[in-house]
Amino acid sequence: MNAAFREPGSGRAADGPGAKAVLEGPDIRRALTRIAHEILERTKGGDAVVLLGIQTRGVTLAERLAGALEEVEGRAFPWGSLDVTMYRDDLRLKPARALGRTEPPPEGVDDRVVVLVDDVLFSGRTVRAALDALNDLGRPRAVQLAVLVDRGHRDLPIRADYVGKNLPTSMRETVRVLLAENDGRDAVLLGPVAGTAEEDE
Amino acid sequence: MTAYLIRNGRILGGEAADVLVRDGVIAAVGRGLDAGDAEVVDATGLVVLPGLVDLHTHLREPGREDAETVESGTKAAAMGGYTAVHAMANTDPVADTAGVVEQVWRLGREAGYCDVHPVGAVTNGIRGEQLAELGAMADSAARVRVFSDDGHCVSDAVIMRRALEYVKAFDGVVAQHAQEPRLTEGAQLNEGEMSAALGLRGWPAVAEEAIIARDVLLAEHVGSRLHVCHVSTAGSVEIIRWAKSRGCQVTAEVTPHHLLLDDTRACGYDPIFKVNPPLRTVDDVTALRHALADGTVDCVATDHAPHPVEAKETEWAEAAMGMIGLETALPVVQEAMIETGLLDWAGVADRMSFAPARIGRLDGQGRPIEPGAPANLTVYDASPRRAVDPAAMTSKSRNTPYAGLTLPGRVVATFLRGRPTVLEGKLQ
Amino acid sequence: MNRHLISAADLTRDDALLVLDTAEEMAQVADRTVKKLPTLRGRTVVNLFYEDSTRTRISFEAAAKRLSADVINFSAKGSSVSKGESLKDTALTLEAMGADGVVIRHGASGAPHRLARWVQGSVVNAGDGTHEHPTQALLDAFTMRRRLGDLDGRRVTIVGDVLHSRVARSNVLLLATLGAEVTLVAPPTLFPVAVGSWPCEISYDLDAVLPKSDVVMMLRVQQERMNAAYFPTVREYSRRYGLDAPRMARLPEHAIVMHPGPMNRGVEIAAEVADSVRSTIVEQVANGVSARMAVLYLLLGGSEPAIGKEVPA
Repeated sequence: MNAAFREPGSGRAADGPGAKAVLEGPDIRRALTRIAHEILERTKGGDAVVLLGIQTRGVTLAERLAGALEEVEGRAFPWGSLDVTMYRDDLRLKPARALGRTEPPPEGVDDRVVVLVDDVLFSGRTVRAALDALNDLGRPRAVQLAVLVDRGHRDLPIRADYVGKNLPTSMRETVRVLLAENDGRDAVLLGPVAGTAEEDE
Repeated sequence: MTAYLIRNGRILGGEAADVLVRDGVIAAVGRGLDAGDAEVVDATGLVVLPGLVDLHTHLREPGREDAETVESGTKAAAMGGYTAVHAMANTDPVADTAGVVEQVWRLGREAGYCDVHPVGAVTNGIRGEQLAELGAMADSAARVRVFSDDGHCVSDAVIMRRALEYVKAFDGVVAQHAQEPRLTEGAQLNEGEMSAALGLRGWPAVAEEAIIARDVLLAEHVGSRLHVCHVSTAGSVEIIRWAKSRGCQVTAEVTPHHLLLDDTRACGYDPIFKVNPPLRTVDDVTALRHALADGTVDCVATDHAPHPVEAKETEWAEAAMGMIGLETALPVVQEAMIETGLLDWAGVADRMSFAPARIGRLDGQGRPIEPGAPANLTVYDASPRRAVDPAAMTSKSRNTPYAGLTLPGRVVATFLRGRPTVLEGKLQ
Repeated sequence: MNRHLISAADLTRDDALLVLDTAEEMAQVADRTVKKLPTLRGRTVVNLFYEDSTRTRISFEAAAKRLSADVINFSAKGSSVSKGESLKDTALTLEAMGADGVVIRHGASGAPHRLARWVQGSVVNAGDGTHEHPTQALLDAFTMRRRLGDLDGRRVTIVGDVLHSRVARSNVLLLATLGAEVTLVAPPTLFPVAVGSWPCEISYDLDAVLPKSDVVMMLRVQQERMNAAYFPTVREYSRRYGLDAPRMARLPEHAIVMHPGPMNRGVEIAAEVADSVRSTIVEQVANGVSARMAVLYLLLGGSEPAIGKEVPA
């Protein structure tokens, strides 16, 4: 999911009525560490790996994942950000919104194994937009997908390679990821539909 | 001819009285008059005014009959409460010969809605170079007394001097369109904050004021009458006030639109607000209202300037200048002068009937409402307020700047020498 | 009612910052191998140019094409316009073609206002008469921000024919919105009489203003002004108001020199100044595409424009 068009600094501090935390800070840290290990295993040491976080919270997660990889391997992993706003298929449904940064690492993406990182995988439309955006940046050797939460209900034939937590939900529920860097604390909240326009994806 | 009893109207806005109209003249004025065989027009609560006189009307015929004709323009005049209009000379061909002015005069007579007094051009083709045959026009059936190159300024000082002198022979008056041509080349809008912000070529007040200053001095020097058309700036008012204080024979008119609208109307570049002289600032509007109230400016003249739709549905710079005004003049004057307490109805009668008739030397118009006077009368209901609807105009053209604006008042009846041209608000 | 970008005053401070931030992202696209975004796919942008202005037209054309819009170029020369078609009839034609956005350059001030009342799409003013040229102001502000950072409190000096300059008008308005301090410098004949009401300082003395300037922007002297008694001779104008190397030396070290182009070398700007490292003249061209991409995206990219203003009735 892409939260680039959320009100900046709204913080989600209020969990909303009926929202409950399904992951807390330590759970998130463990999930990212596990994903880091899985990436190293699947990419045979992660030599060609580049992490690209999808704006906004995906970028934070990409940075954390790079840290987790460095902790295991003892060397820095390139990471960057990807804004998919201008590739979205729902652009025409809302007024034009502010753009986030697209800043691939200096190494670029050509011939790399790009791991796209996002907070929530839902319909798959954001990931589709990300694949299109990536296509305009260069030609990776392979593209993989890491998400903190997979909540199901895909509209497109897209699946994640690395999942922090599979979270069965109903369509009416909302899933919100809070990260300390963006929101002041770490948590994944599951709540009933709040009726706002800020539905995931 | 049918007789009419205008019952219980407020004469010049004063005491209620009846006015009996018979054989084209006012037969009696008084309370409780016997109607006899006369048709009764109930004027209870309404204002009875002398028929309005316009010194400045563009009827467009001959030449631009797509915009207005003598017939359509005089119908509009009647609907606005007018019983006499002065038809400006800038037609095609220009009214610079006895032949053209007689043609216009005759067309007015045939239409029969309103007296048409042609204005003769001062110079041939209003080119400002050579005097037109002013005497021939004065001696023609049209009996021209007002001469003007309106639309153009008689900018050559010598030509202006000669014209002022020459028309003395037949008690004529030169009505000057005061606009220094070099200072207004390509000018689009009053030069000030609005023109600066909108990037429209400025039309400086001084271009008007400089000509008026010159002309009042010329008129004083040669002892002639001068009339200043459509005064639009506070500075012009000051100059005219000064000239009158010296005893100059100068008179001046102001248009309804310069009494109500200012240049901020141009903010959307809608050329419906493009006019010559241009709309000025709020301060100018205020000065003009006070000048009309204290008599520095003698009268209201509409400068009714019809244009076809396509002449206004363009870029500002491309658009024609001018606004129609006959049908909205009295409501606008009510809004600007009566509602503000600056004039009473007797004052309006003077500024819109007595004074212009005097300036134009019209015998049968602009006379007090008293027995024996020609029955030129306007019955006006000052109470209703309504939005101006261009589609409802009688004029052939629709270029009113007041569209959508709510204005007071409605002409209920107009009598031209005892015959109703408008009755119950409808053209007869 | 749709929203348009006709005057720099149509942009609030937030709007203006959004355009500049967006332009920054758009600028990255120019550095990529694929210089194209799919954002305006299926949208139609009409370039309606009543004045010859190759640089502005190709800048808008490049911007629209990089966003994948369909671009229709409609220039007055050799078209129905030269056969006497009115602006309104042209507008109705564009309407029938389904233009989502119309970029208009016109010799008459206010033509974009008029157009906006006759078409459904958003109108972008690409220069109207002596009124405004808001995207030029945006690209100028973008250029200044890239060189100097935040514009709040920056001192910008604009020199030349303020009276007839749409660039000056738009820059004064936009820079005031962004918090910069603008000083206009010109001979008194080339100021509007009411310039005192503008949100800027005015001066007749270039040398006095230069040492306090972070930016000096030179305006083109139009050929037709040279013969209309606005100043005695081109040589005198150049001596009093032209920017040459000795004058440039009076500028603070960090200051930049701008010019919207096309330049009259040797008149308002000396060749050595135009070609110096302080000059942003070439950057301004590249930044023009980014700024116009930002404007087109924000006006046409979503369900409704995210910036701009409705036209007054």
